[in-house]
Amino acid sequence: MTAIPPASLSASEADVIRQLDPAALRRDFPALDQSVHGKPLVYLDNAATAQTPRVVIDAMRRFYEQDCSNVHRGVHELSQRATDDYEDARGEVQRFLGAADRGEIIYTRGTTDAINLVAGSYGRKYVQAGDEIVISAMEHHSNIVPWQLLCDERGARLRVAPINDDGELLLDEFEKLLSERTRLVAVTQVSNALGTVNPVRTLIEIAHGRDIPVLVDGAQAVPHIKVDVRALDCDFYAFSGHKLFGPTGIGILYGKRQWLEQMPPYQGGGDMISSVTFEKTTYNDLPYKFEAGTPIIAGAIGLGEAIRYLNAIGLDRISTYEKDLLAYATQAVSAIDGVRLVGTAREKASVVSFVLDGVHPHDVGTVLDREGIAVRAGHHCAQPVMQRFGVAATTRASLAFYNTREEIDALAAGIGKVKEFFA
Amino acid sequence: MFDLRELYQELIVDHSKRPRNFGKPENFNYCAKGFNPLCGDKLNLFLQVEDGVIRDAKFEGSGCAISTASASLMTETLKGQTLQQADALFQTFHYMLTGPKDSQNAGAGMGKLAVFAGVNEFPARVKCATLAWHTLRNALHSGEQVATTE
Repeated sequence: MTAIPPASLSASEADVIRQLDPAALRRDFPALDQSVHGKPLVYLDNAATAQTPRVVIDAMRRFYEQDCSNVHRGVHELSQRATDDYEDARGEVQRFLGAADRGEIIYTRGTTDAINLVAGSYGRKYVQAGDEIVISAMEHHSNIVPWQLLCDERGARLRVAPINDDGELLLDEFEKLLSERTRLVAVTQVSNALGTVNPVRTLIEIAHGRDIPVLVDGAQAVPHIKVDVRALDCDFYAFSGHKLFGPTGIGILYGKRQWLEQMPPYQGGGDMISSVTFEKTTYNDLPYKFEAGTPIIAGAIGLGEAIRYLNAIGLDRISTYEKDLLAYATQAVSAIDGVRLVGTAREKASVVSFVLDGVHPHDVGTVLDREGIAVRAGHHCAQPVMQRFGVAATTRASLAFYNTREEIDALAAGIGKVKEFFA
Repeated sequence: MFDLRELYQELIVDHSKRPRNFGKPENFNYCAKGFNPLCGDKLNLFLQVEDGVIRDAKFEGSGCAISTASASLMTETLKGQTLQQADALFQTFHYMLTGPKDSQNAGAGMGKLAVFAGVNEFPARVKCATLAWHTLRNALHSGEQVATTE
C-alpha cells in the first residue's frame, strides 16, 4: 500500500491530528496489546464493542475491592462510598450529554433496554389504536422490534422512512410520513451497518414543527461525535456503555423531564418507590422512578470513568482524527478490485461496510481473523438494511480513535489475502 | 497454528464455487427451508423419497463457502441412502463438528463428508456447516417447516 495523503484537511485540523497520538493512547487499552493467531491484534469491531481502558477496569475493580455494597440504602461507610461514586457517574453522563438536570439521566442495561423503556412506558401512555410511530429504514433491530411489539399490542402502525442508494435518509419522504397520528419519531443518529450520520437536528425540527417528540438512538454516535441533547432538542436519547469504552450491561436513557414525569414506571421493584402499602404505592422521584432493583453499580462507575477518560482526550479531537482515518480506510478498501462499499453517505462516521465479489462475508471474516484482524461479518442486526442493498450480509470494519493507518493497511492486505485464498 | 486450509479444503472450495445438485427439481415429495439468523444464510432443500430411500436431493439458496459446500456434498451423499441412514449421517456429522477433539476422527466412515472435520476447530463456523443438515432433519421429520440453526 502506498500512503494516501489526508483528505483535504485544513491546517488547524491537521494540527489537531498531530496532537492526538493513537500510539500512546493504545497503551491505555490492555486488550489491544496481544497477538491473535500469531499476528498482532488489529481490532476493527468497535461498533459492536469497543475496548476498555485500564482506568475503567481499575475503577470497577476498586468498587469490588473496596466499596462493594448496595446504593441508596446503607447507613454504613461502604454504601455511602458506593452511592457517591454511582451518583458522581450520573453527573458525568449529564455533563457529557449536556442535559439540564441529573434527574433526566436514567441508568439502563444498554440502548436496547432504554428504547424498550420508552416503548413500554411512553408507548403505554400515549400510543393508541390507529396511531403511528415513524422510524427510518436504517435502524438497528433494537429500534425496530420494540416499536413493532408496541404497535401489535396497541393496534398502532409502524411507518418507515426510506433511504437512497448511498444510505442517506430521504428527508422529503420522512416529512411526508408525519401526520396527526404520529406519536413518536425514533431514529438513529449514526447507522451501525452503513455509518451514515443522520441530520438529527433537522429531523427533530421537522417533527417538533408538528408537536411530535423524537427519540434518538445514539449508540453509534457518542463514541465519535460530541452530543448536546439540549442543542439537538431531542426528547429522548439512548446509548450503551460498552460502545463508549465502558463496560457491558450499562446504558443510558436521557429523557426530557416533562416527559419522564408524565410517563408511568417501566418496571416495579425496590428503589423506584417512595412508599409502599398493599393499598397504594407512591413512586420515587426522577430518575429513580425508572430504576427498579439493584443496578449494575460497578458498570455505572465504569461508564463514568470512561467518560472522564474520553473528556481528557476530547471528542472534537477524536472526531477530527477519525474523519481522516475513515477517509483513508474508505479509499484503501474501495481501491481493491472486486470490493463494493455498502453505505456511501456524504456524512459518515467510523464504519466501512463492504462486500467482496464471489466471497461471502463470513469467509472474509474467518480469513481476516487468521490475520489477527477482528471485523464483523453478518447482517449487523439490521436485516432490513441488508435487504435494501440486496445483500445477505456485509463485512464491516468499524474504527475507534486508537486505530491507526498501519492497521488499515493490514486490513487492505488481509482483504488481498482473502482474494488470493478464494481465487 | 491451525492452518486455514484445514478448514477450506480444496474439495470445500470447489463445491462452494460449483455447487452440485443446485436448483429446484421438478419432482420432490419432501422439502424444507433453512435459515441461519446469525448471518442470513438461506437454503431450500428438496428430496424425492421412494420406498424409504432418498432417490434425489437438490437445494437452492445463498450462503458462505462452508454452508454452500456442505449442502452440495450432503445432497451428493444422500442419494441412495435410506431415511435411517440419513438420520445416522446427521448424528455422525454433528458429532464430528461439535464433539471433543478426537471426535474429528468420527468422519472416517463418512467418505467425502470427512473434509468438514476441520470445522471442529472453528466453533464460529459450525452453524454454517450444519445448516443444510438441520434443514434435512426438518424436511424428513416435520416437512415444510423453516429450520434454523438456533
